[in-house]
Amino acid sequence: MPRLLLFIPLALFGVLVLFLWKGLSIDPRELPSALIDKPFPTFKVEALLSPERKLTTADIVGKPVLVNVWATWCPSCRQEHNQLLRIAQENKIAIIGLNYKDDRTAATKWLTQLGNPYQFNIYDESGMLGLDLGVYGAPETYLLDAQGIIRHRHVGVVTEQTWQELQTIIQSWEK
Amino acid sequence: MLKLLMILAVFSFNSAHAAIDTYEFKDADKQARFHELTADLRCPKCQNQNLADSNSEIAQDLRQKVYEMLDAERSNSEIVDYMVARYGDFVLYEPRFNAQNAILWLGPFVLLIIGLLVVILLVRSRSKNNKVEESAVELDTKQQKRLKQVLNKGKNNE
Repeated sequence: MPRLLLFIPLALFGVLVLFLWKGLSIDPRELPSALIDKPFPTFKVEALLSPERKLTTADIVGKPVLVNVWATWCPSCRQEHNQLLRIAQENKIAIIGLNYKDDRTAATKWLTQLGNPYQFNIYDESGMLGLDLGVYGAPETYLLDAQGIIRHRHVGVVTEQTWQELQTIIQSWEK
Repeated sequence: MLKLLMILAVFSFNSAHAAIDTYEFKDADKQARFHELTADLRCPKCQNQNLADSNSEIAQDLRQKVYEMLDAERSNSEIVDYMVARYGDFVLYEPRFNAQNAILWLGPFVLLIIGLLVVILLVRSRSKNNKVEESAVELDTKQQKRLKQVLNKGKNNE
């Protein structure tokens, strides 16, 4: 028994190594959202392409949607744009754009030039809806269920791999 | 000479640092609270700066929000709660005690107590051992006489 006790420091060292090893693969820039499993904040904001249309929370509930935070000043948004177009083509889930702190003319031009994967765009010029949502930089993508509850947040570029992960989550709801 | 000027220009850009916006405060108390809050709240984008130091878009927005909330006579804790509700505990430079971080708050004390217990147990078992040894060495009067005899014999034989 005393002989086994001598192994305690080694075991503690092992635990420490485990934690440090895990720490190596954690991205500190990826913050957990404070709004996971909470409803999407209520809002009443103009649509990007038709300023006279006021968008509200009612427009995003009813079916699962992706809310993609983007802006023309954000280089990574351009990078993920083609992936968003592919997702829109697959027609499995609607993508709603949240045009974040952007210029309406530039954003409109962007959509005509690069293609428009969004069902509609919320024009959050002041960034206050983004603030309510806990956005700290574009691009960010939120997965909402049919009740408008935020189920997942992805920070950074949406890739094919991200899309697979999102699909797994959506499929787990259908079961 | 031109090179030197260029170098100087580069350095002056670096030192023309962050976060100069002008806010008009109704009173000095609000101004002090603004500085206190923006120093204690962390910028979510540029992770090792507080709101006061950071010049990122989001930090500017959050400073603006803090200012507006102060102007609307909201208390410090209301403002902090507002930020935590949106950005999570991450925005606090002074973390709150909760179930998730309890191990970090209490861990050191638990380890300290375990350490103390180990020390106490070690000291106790050691002093017990010492007593056993002492009692083993102690001789009764008969044995002491015998010991003296033996020692004296040795001396006589020399």
